[in-house]
Amino acid sequence: MIQIQIILVFMIIAAAIAIGTADLLGSVVAIGAVGLGLSIVFLLLQSPDLAILQLVVEILSLVIIIRAVGIKDKVNVRERRFIATTISIILMGIFLTFANIALLEIPGFGTPIMKIGSEYLKNGFVQTGVPNIVSAIILDYRAFDMLAQVSIAFASIIAVLMIIRKKVYKEKQ
Amino acid sequence: MIEYILTFILFTLGLYAILIKRNLIKIIIGLSIMEYSMNVFLILVGYKNGATIPVFTSLTEPRPDAMVDPVVQAMILTLVVMSLAVTFLLITIAMRIYDKYGTYDIRELNKLKG
Repeated sequence: MIQIQIILVFMIIAAAIAIGTADLLGSVVAIGAVGLGLSIVFLLLQSPDLAILQLVVEILSLVIIIRAVGIKDKVNVRERRFIATTISIILMGIFLTFANIALLEIPGFGTPIMKIGSEYLKNGFVQTGVPNIVSAIILDYRAFDMLAQVSIAFASIIAVLMIIRKKVYKEKQ
Repeated sequence: MIEYILTFILFTLGLYAILIKRNLIKIIIGLSIMEYSMNVFLILVGYKNGATIPVFTSLTEPRPDAMVDPVVQAMILTLVVMSLAVTFLLITIAMRIYDKYGTYDIRELNKLKG
């Protein structure tokens, strides 16, 4: 599909700007462009639930990254390091080579295998009574998975609150 | 097939940011780019040509053959929320490091050195 290729190229350009630019705020705005392009890709690939979720998650993470960047920091590290750059480019080349070899093993774009997915689609509405099969999977077939996800999100919120509070931190000093 | 290769290039850009950059915010941004590329790769694997969303709109004529894979969508629904939690945790740690050291430069974080 040509639309997906165009949006993926746009995402690559935005990611390159986000990595390359010296301005941290501009970098955050560029990463927001990448995430919103990902939302449009989800919409084009027939998954509207994910598009809505990605939109909300992207805005939330943008807000908190801007909070971190709002601290005025003037670190602009721009020097040439030939050895580190060479080693990492070799690493990336190895990664791309093996990824392209592995690409020959998976089915092509537009023809998925769908062994489990077809079973869910065939029996899902009869067994669960939910028209939306994605909701049926995450809330009925894989409910323990969802429980673990909620507990991990809760634990991460507790960890964020423990890191961010200042009271105990000041008393110890 | 070219969509997969574009996704791998996006992943490689994130890997470059993690390996080369010395600003903590840039490293977190590189991790986010890698997460985005994995999300879009999984959703590309589950796409079927000419298929619709996995929601039954008509009960008299259900067409489960013409729907995309719902399992990868459920997995990515989990993964997106996890990536948000990881980003929050990393950003708060970076802000705490800024309080202690006064910079985001990872070469200055050497209190444990030697």
